[in-house]
Amino acid sequence: MSPRRVRAGSDAARRRDRPLRITVDGEPVDGIAGQTVAGVLLAAGRLAWRTGRSGAPRGVFCGIGVCFDCLVTVGEERDVRACRRRVRDGDVVTTQSRNAPGPDRDPDRRGKPGAPGAEER
Amino acid sequence: MTDRHVVVVGAGPAGLAAAETALAAGARVTLIDAGDRPGGQYHRMLPEAYDAARPEVLHHGWRAFDRRRRRVLAHPRCSWWSDTSVWALERPDPERPGPPRVHVLRGPADAGGRRRTTLDPDALVLAVGAHDRVLPFPGWELPGVFTAGAAQALAKGERVVVGDRVVVAGTGPFLLPVAASLLEAGSRVLEVLEANSPGTVARGWSRRPWQLAAQAAKGGELAEYSALLLRHRVPYRTGRTVVEARGDGRVEEVVTARLRADWSVALGSERTLAVDAACVTHGFSPQLELPVAAGCALRTGTGGEFVEVDSDQATTVPGVYAAGEITGVAGAPAARAEGALAGWLAAGGDREAATLRPLRRSRDQGRAFAARLARAHPIGAAWPGWLRPETVVCRCEDADYASLCRAAEAPQTASARVAKLETRAGLGPCQARICGPTVAELNARLSGAPAESAVEGLPAPAPHRRPIAQPIRLGDLAAPPEPHHP
Repeated sequence: MSPRRVRAGSDAARRRDRPLRITVDGEPVDGIAGQTVAGVLLAAGRLAWRTGRSGAPRGVFCGIGVCFDCLVTVGEERDVRACRRRVRDGDVVTTQSRNAPGPDRDPDRRGKPGAPGAEER
Repeated sequence: MTDRHVVVVGAGPAGLAAAETALAAGARVTLIDAGDRPGGQYHRMLPEAYDAARPEVLHHGWRAFDRRRRRVLAHPRCSWWSDTSVWALERPDPERPGPPRVHVLRGPADAGGRRRTTLDPDALVLAVGAHDRVLPFPGWELPGVFTAGAAQALAKGERVVVGDRVVVAGTGPFLLPVAASLLEAGSRVLEVLEANSPGTVARGWSRRPWQLAAQAAKGGELAEYSALLLRHRVPYRTGRTVVEARGDGRVEEVVTARLRADWSVALGSERTLAVDAACVTHGFSPQLELPVAAGCALRTGTGGEFVEVDSDQATTVPGVYAAGEITGVAGAPAARAEGALAGWLAAGGDREAATLRPLRRSRDQGRAFAARLARAHPIGAAWPGWLRPETVVCRCEDADYASLCRAAEAPQTASARVAKLETRAGLGPCQARICGPTVAELNARLSGAPAESAVEGLPAPAPHRRPIAQPIRLGDLAAPPEPHHP
């Protein structure tokens, strides 16, 4: 009842899987080389990993880098589009939230490098 | 040898064709794409690491694409810049109009420390494509509701299926290949729902049916999809759509309803359907920020705003050409024809060359096809009837319909700019790419003011003006750039 990867054995495109492992909020998650962060998360049964302004869960929507719903932190880098970033073995992924206790701003964004303009205009 | 340097942005069907003919005309070409492999969305390739022995099973026209991409990428005068984002186009001296300076970042998506450099081409071909337009409906922000394009990109591009019980809904022929991709990857597609009435679709498609003969390839593709749907016993229903998604933290069921020709809901026709994914598309939005940044004029056509081009694919800016979905949504064959014309002429190739005649013809057929497509699959005017006060309209900022109504109905906040600041709709990280057209339409209707009218001496708000076209980290902006490429 959730997204999954087509099994290599039954994949008509006849692909070869090279397993890799990343961590998501400290938990190990298995994927295969070539996948995006979003693909790994979805295939591992995770449909949502970000919290929007209202606190509602968000995951992938557009899948091609336009909507910014799927943002994650990879290593030290916040605001990485999960649908556009290919994973590397051992990537440390942390989920992020735009939950703002105040009226306007996510406090843990302050003082962090981020994309200009996008959330600060 | 023309000795010109042509920069092509986008390596989908249009961009790849442009690079090929620019090379044939003797130019140096830099082909830029945000992805790590060429193909764009239409020929989205599997990752190299998958080592797929039979990638062609997932594609139409794979062989021709594969030959073209190999030829172009291996060409000694072609530089293939994959994983490269154009984050700004800087217009030169207004006294001397010409192609803008191209600012790029090279490296993994959204990474810090990407290499920043600039290009000053003799001519620029913009072939950046389009993304799904999705109208809001209650629950569309739930995880498990995807754009149709996302479902296809995941299935085709990395063999991930978004669900086991899926409904595909919206309008346009794109519903069919998306359903086909899902079926191929092992999903159960419960229904494919075309929102427009059979009358609207038939009238749109059947005007001057002889023109359709030119699109035989597209016709064959559609026939193939229809046969596949039939084989899997997937119902294709017209005049019906998803008007609500429900679930606890994720989509668990959708409500579908019968629509009248204007897309108003026929009361009492609602049905619920248990799903684990819903894929939705209401047509395409061309990605216009780079053309606008370059100073290109737009035109308003049947299906919305597109880049204005002449019969040579030249935009209103000297040395800047446009091809593919940004000039009108007509599918891959038309995009290829436009790209081939644009590339040849951008490189300074002979305008009268005999090889251009068939290209111009298929470009013109593509334009007729685009007009037909827009007429057959319009967005019905009564769609806001699906909305409720608490329905999210802007996904980034969680701005709901009630807040848009409040802003539009109060005289002091009704103008588009003030309403934006009041509601924050369109101020999120996607820079209004998803909600922009929707918010503009709703604001115009609710406030009674025409969309994008100039107020208080300010110029009319320009929806695609995004001086920073792609996110760039402040550290990368502050770091010195690499030497630039003339």
